[in-house]
Amino acid sequence: MDWVNAIIQGTLLGGLYALFAAGLSLIFGVMRLVNIAHGDLIVFSAYVCLTITTSLGIHPLVALVLVVPIMAAIGYGLQRGLLNKTLGTDILPPLLITFGLSVIIQNTLLQVYTADPQKLSAGDLEIASIKVGSLAVGMLPLLTFAIAVAVIASLQYMFYKTALGRALRAVSDNQEIAQLMGLDKRHIFGIAMALALAVTAVAGVLLGIRTSFDPSVGGGRLIFGFEAVIIGGLGNIWGTLAGGVILGVAQTIGAKIDPGWQILAGHIAFLVVLAVRPNGLFPRMSA
Amino acid sequence: MKNDNTVRFTPKNYVVTAVLLAIVTAALAAAPYWLGRADLRLAGEIMLYISLATLWNLLAGYAGLVSVGQQAYVGLGGYMLFAFTIFIGVPPILAIPIAGVIGALLAIPVAFLVFRLRGAYFAIGTWVIAEVFRLSFAQISALGGGSGTSIPASIVKSMAETRAARESLSYWLAFGLAAFIILFVYLYLRSSKGLALTAIRDNELAASSLGIDIWKTKFFTYVVSAALTSMVGALIFLQKLRISPDAAFSVNDWTAFVIFIVVIGGIGTIEGPIIGAIIFFALRETLADLGTGYLITLGVVAIIIMLKAPNGIWGILRDRFDISFFPLLYRVENQKQDR
Repeated sequence: MDWVNAIIQGTLLGGLYALFAAGLSLIFGVMRLVNIAHGDLIVFSAYVCLTITTSLGIHPLVALVLVVPIMAAIGYGLQRGLLNKTLGTDILPPLLITFGLSVIIQNTLLQVYTADPQKLSAGDLEIASIKVGSLAVGMLPLLTFAIAVAVIASLQYMFYKTALGRALRAVSDNQEIAQLMGLDKRHIFGIAMALALAVTAVAGVLLGIRTSFDPSVGGGRLIFGFEAVIIGGLGNIWGTLAGGVILGVAQTIGAKIDPGWQILAGHIAFLVVLAVRPNGLFPRMSA
Repeated sequence: MKNDNTVRFTPKNYVVTAVLLAIVTAALAAAPYWLGRADLRLAGEIMLYISLATLWNLLAGYAGLVSVGQQAYVGLGGYMLFAFTIFIGVPPILAIPIAGVIGALLAIPVAFLVFRLRGAYFAIGTWVIAEVFRLSFAQISALGGGSGTSIPASIVKSMAETRAARESLSYWLAFGLAAFIILFVYLYLRSSKGLALTAIRDNELAASSLGIDIWKTKFFTYVVSAALTSMVGALIFLQKLRISPDAAFSVNDWTAFVIFIVVIGGIGTIEGPIIGAIIFFALRETLADLGTGYLITLGVVAIIIMLKAPNGIWGILRDRFDISFFPLLYRVENQKQDR
């Protein structure tokens, strides 16, 4: 039963990793940009939420009403003001600039909030659980997983059923022709980054409720999100959820064998997939 | 009609730059005789960063392999030095090339894995590898596990009798390795392999249509730079005398700083990493009091340079004064105009 429990917990943890990955996957899909600062932006969202909850005294999940638009606005501004200038055929400038951004965000957080671990307090939600047979499943992981599924379903719907999604797919397929059809790619890229950081905001708040965080944990979150994307297969957003689940299960099973093996087991699962299926398990486009 | 154009490898003022280079090299080789203890230590540290930056630049600036996981080899080299000196009793100076060989041997399977990823995903893939190394070494209790270990004093003393002699030796090792790495990268880039490398960087499709084996060329470059990075890592931790997984595989110390050095100095040039390292340490010595503000400043400077002057400080100097200490480009010279 312990093993079943580990698999269930790992699956639910995978929901959080899928949220880390969704934003990464979205901007890569639209503008072939890999944002090295993605993990730091997740942590940044958690700190934004911390500031809002402590100053207004509201529940972190209620604070999402503010955190999501704030992060979306930052995303749009970041893309229009900085990242759009770096896009071209050369991959070096966006990579190095988002790397610089990562160091700036991390050290600014360190300056403002110090290195002390922080946590978002969600009251009873943190300890609530429901009984399934002889297992207790936490409400928070369950809610996280449900949110991940909802976010991914709405991204999928947005991509394939709405005018905005059509525009995003158009600039992704061919920037020049999309421009000729009257789309402003700078604006569309801005929207894509805004959407990505809106998802990041949700991920950051759920991360902050689940575990304590400090300014240095961003790199690890980027890696988990990246692994979920690659395991699931590039360009397949449901695959990203599957990738997150596989990573989560690998980690909880690893932790079950030896606590020191938790993160390592996740990395090994990723490397095994990379060795056996380099395009991921459910690829839609080639790397 | 007579053709007045000749193609030359060496720039116009090569005599001046060659003489300057010889003087600077001689002065640096003699540094233990004219520098104080603290300054000598700093000079040694600059040499180690010049080495790391030159190797990272070979990967990112010439092979198009942007790695944010070179700390994997720095840490590996450090740990190999500790393992071979403590458990097997190998003299430290011999353990440095051994660390290099092991770095190369491990880089081979790693390359097979991470080369499946392209561009920015390659970058994060290398970071995962470095994390795997860090977490694995934290599991080895013989090397102190997560809290690390130190080199016994007897091993340190075996290198040289007096403290002054040890410090001089330490500097010469760092200087010698840096000089070797710069010379190696320079000669490598001037060879046909290096030409292939730059061709791939500039246009993969065109390069492969000319018969260049892209995978093999990149693979060779990756493995060689891993070996040399491991040697630098061994030397770094021979000076620190203490190692722990977090220090050995620190992404900030061994990759972030190195990237800033290369970007600020000038990516894709041999002189860039050298100038960048000098600027980096000059900034560090003056701005160290700012603490985190120092790193924020570095990040901002690197972003501005990447946007406004992608060839870095050296790129600006080179364009203005037409100088080159390590000429890599052929240039066409018109006899009538120039003479």
